Amino acid sequence: MTDTQTAPTPAPAPLSLVPAAQARQSAKDFKSDQEVRWCPGCGDYAVLAAVQGFMPTLGLARENIVFVSGIGCSSRFPYYMNTYGMHSIHGRAPAIATGLATSRQDLSVWVVTGDGDALSIGGNHLIHALRRNVNLKILLFNNRIYGLTKGQYSPTSETGKLTKSSPMGSLEAPFNPVSLALGAEASFVARTVDSDRKHLTDVLQQAALHPGTALVEIYQNCNIFNDGAFEVLKDRDQAAEAVIRLEHGQPIRFGTDHHKGVVRDPATGDLHVVEAAGNEDRILTHDAHATHPTTAFALSRLADPDTLHHTPIGVFRSIQRPVYDTQMTHQLDTATQQHGPGDLTTLLTGNDTWTVAG
Amino acid sequence: MTVDTVDVEWADPAPIPVRSKEVRRLGRVIIRFAGDSGDGMQLTGDRFTSETASFGNDLSTLPNFPAEIRAPAGTLPGVSSFQLHFADHDILTPGDAPDVLVAMNPAALKANIADVPRGGEVIVNTDEFAKRAMAKVGYDVSPLEDGSLDGYRVHPVPLTTLTVEALKEFGLSRKEAERSKNMFALGLLSWMYHRPTEGTETFLRSKFAKRPQIAEANITAFRAGWNFGETTEDFAVSYEIAPATAAFAPGVYRNISGNLALSYGLIAASRQAGLPLYLGSYPITPASDILHELSRHKNFGVRTFQAEDEIAGIGAALGAAFGGALAVTTTSGPGVALKSETIGLAVSLELPLVVVDIQRGGPSTGLPTKTEQADLLQAMYGRNGEAPVPVVAPRTPADCFDAALDAARIALAYRTPVFLLSDGYLANGSEPWRIPDTAELPDLTTPFATGPNHTLADGTEVFWPYKRDPDTLARPWAVPGTAGLEHRIGGIEKQDGTGNISYDPANHEHMVRTRQAKIDNIAVPDLTVDDPDGARLLVLGWGSTYGPITAAVRRLRTEGLPVAQAHLRHLNPFPANLGAVLAAYDRIVIPEMNLGQLTSLIRARYLVDARAHTQVNGMPFKAEQLATVLKEALHD
Repeated sequence: MTDTQTAPTPAPAPLSLVPAAQARQSAKDFKSDQEVRWCPGCGDYAVLAAVQGFMPTLGLARENIVFVSGIGCSSRFPYYMNTYGMHSIHGRAPAIATGLATSRQDLSVWVVTGDGDALSIGGNHLIHALRRNVNLKILLFNNRIYGLTKGQYSPTSETGKLTKSSPMGSLEAPFNPVSLALGAEASFVARTVDSDRKHLTDVLQQAALHPGTALVEIYQNCNIFNDGAFEVLKDRDQAAEAVIRLEHGQPIRFGTDHHKGVVRDPATGDLHVVEAAGNEDRILTHDAHATHPTTAFALSRLADPDTLHHTPIGVFRSIQRPVYDTQMTHQLDTATQQHGPGDLTTLLTGNDTWTVAG
Repeated sequence: MTVDTVDVEWADPAPIPVRSKEVRRLGRVIIRFAGDSGDGMQLTGDRFTSETASFGNDLSTLPNFPAEIRAPAGTLPGVSSFQLHFADHDILTPGDAPDVLVAMNPAALKANIADVPRGGEVIVNTDEFAKRAMAKVGYDVSPLEDGSLDGYRVHPVPLTTLTVEALKEFGLSRKEAERSKNMFALGLLSWMYHRPTEGTETFLRSKFAKRPQIAEANITAFRAGWNFGETTEDFAVSYEIAPATAAFAPGVYRNISGNLALSYGLIAASRQAGLPLYLGSYPITPASDILHELSRHKNFGVRTFQAEDEIAGIGAALGAAFGGALAVTTTSGPGVALKSETIGLAVSLELPLVVVDIQRGGPSTGLPTKTEQADLLQAMYGRNGEAPVPVVAPRTPADCFDAALDAARIALAYRTPVFLLSDGYLANGSEPWRIPDTAELPDLTTPFATGPNHTLADGTEVFWPYKRDPDTLARPWAVPGTAGLEHRIGGIEKQDGTGNISYDPANHEHMVRTRQAKIDNIAVPDLTVDDPDGARLLVLGWGSTYGPITAAVRRLRTEGLPVAQAHLRHLNPFPANLGAVLAAYDRIVIPEMNLGQLTSLIRARYLVDARAHTQVNGMPFKAEQLATVLKEALHD
């Protein structure tokens, strides 16, 4: 290692550099004066209410919170938050937020994006933000459809999807956002559902406290163009059998009376759903902090892409690794320690000069 | 003032004591080092330039190299060259034609000999003129023997053999020893032109600090080259070019390239604004050196972010601007194309942002290492909607420093993206620079908004993010972390004042016209015209054509032909007096390294019959050719 390299700096305690609120806050403090203009019945309302409701629990100065979004229905989100905000251009929110987060460690920076914004036009920025582990919290509203442009298939739409731009069925294989994020070296990946306020809030809380980039995929219903896309995960009668709630340190069991569980096939390493009875000692215990993403990835592939049966929700992965903006600041500090604060005259003068006398 | 039109001045020999041979005094010399991409010609040129700068000559350089890092050895496309013009008086260009060509191999000779006027000196590394190497570039017979070089003063020198011989004590492999042949050549040329040698020796010791044996081998080769000149009979004469004392105002000087000056200008702007500098960038020729340079100065609080693509580079910069940094993105033409949407967002958000475009040959990938001025209209108009952006252009390598400060001034004062249009010729070329007194740099302080700026009808004090300064029309810059000023901005049309989303037709009309008015009203200095003789012909330029145009104008004036000259720093908005200046002349010629982009803007805006003189060969104009064009314009 040469003297110009820097060892990873431990990240400061999460949010410790963001000033605390001076007074007790309520959800009302986070509501802007703008009229919310999503379609009646849109899942976005539930997410907005959950975020506004949970923000006060962070106890952060409101002026040090920034929401940055791209383009799409969900990207109107910042207008409704009484914080700083930027509604930017299609797909670029992670890049813009990266510039803000890496230049201002005293801010809590949130990105609001959708499946088209994050995974199609902005796919490159998303994967590189995750790879770098910049201190960003990314809320990916996945409704598996293009809403704002009125109903074309999206990169998460199922193959064969009938839409205006695919009247004979979409030919495309969808992305699995959790798999994608894990492949992009994400240090925190979670999935939740718009209608489950408690779960949503719990996941957001964990994301907020994570040092580095956190990606939260939120299954969100578009009641106009893709209504009921996640109904199987919400319907009381079906959800118990369809949803696998991941909790760190707990056995991965689900179904009525937890009669099912997830086990690893010793031959292939794949995960399977089995009847829990008789298999208790084989059932996996969820480890969100596992160093390797292998099991988290396998969990992300568990759901049936057509029926959504066996869909895990919760935190798939939450590990500690060097945070980009912390490291960047550390390099500036190290350079200043090694060379002293920059002196402009010395810089401009350089080493090779000559003098012309008057 | 000595003029640039004078050809090499042959003066009486003025022998100096330490030299045993004849010494002649010259007014100026143009040297071109040419070799394979791997022969170290750029380094050799840089070192000769440093020696020349420290000696006190005025100088101008033109590095010229292929886009390939190591093109196939010994081929014509692989030839890399470095031309240096230095003089005892002030000069403006790297020179039209070399007086001396150093050709390290047959390809270098073939690619460059046509540029050397008959009578010029040609130093050839004869070791490389083997049959196969010659055949590679189409020499069936050796040009050293077939009489084709008869009109030149040819110095055949076995540079490789002499270098290997000089280094035999070092126990290096032949291949390693051969690598120092560029230093042998540098030593020889340093002897020929009386260059100081200490700087190069210090440089080599520092460059190879971790490999002292290689450092000493290079120094030995360098000295061997010098001694070869002093002892061999083939080199009977050496030349003195006196320091250009009269050309320089008193002060401390250094040599500087355009990209370095631009980097320093950005750091200076950051200091003068009291704001941290943030660069979001993606590597691209010929702009990458700015990313490299700024990355070295973290102790100035400079943050450099190498993004995943051009779009993320400007995106991160715009995010940092929202956070209160002096934000910059650096690129070349293809990168600008990718950044266009974000520049439009910056126009809409009205945040300060400097967009540096080091222009190169286009379209598409074009000529990455060659120069061109063909991004002017892209900078002016390359966005959707009415999205005016100020455009600033430096005229010389050293001027990139001042131009960077000026671009930052406009960006900060008017909260707008600003184009800084340099080009490959300025970026890599270098010249002496009088180091400015940092106490005299402009104050770029830009206060952030700190509290409410508007009172509602009911008396409530509120913050309106789009309430403008009545003089500059700039909106307040309220950065996150400022309590009470929380606001949301975006690319959707905003209501005047409140900044809330508005689709109201009248409001959009008002906002479009206001954004345009803000840019149109930017304070830029009047255009100065250099017209000592009451000319009828005006030659107007912008950017890096300043050197060749000025040299051409001097030639005409030396011949008693009146010609007026003016050079634009601000392309948007134009100086307020430009219309009046144009109206005062019968003929207007605009030399441009494109197909007439400024000419189009001038004709459209001022309805004058300005004529373009254009060149798009990837190289700067030659002064002599421009002089001919201007003479023709005078006479028709």
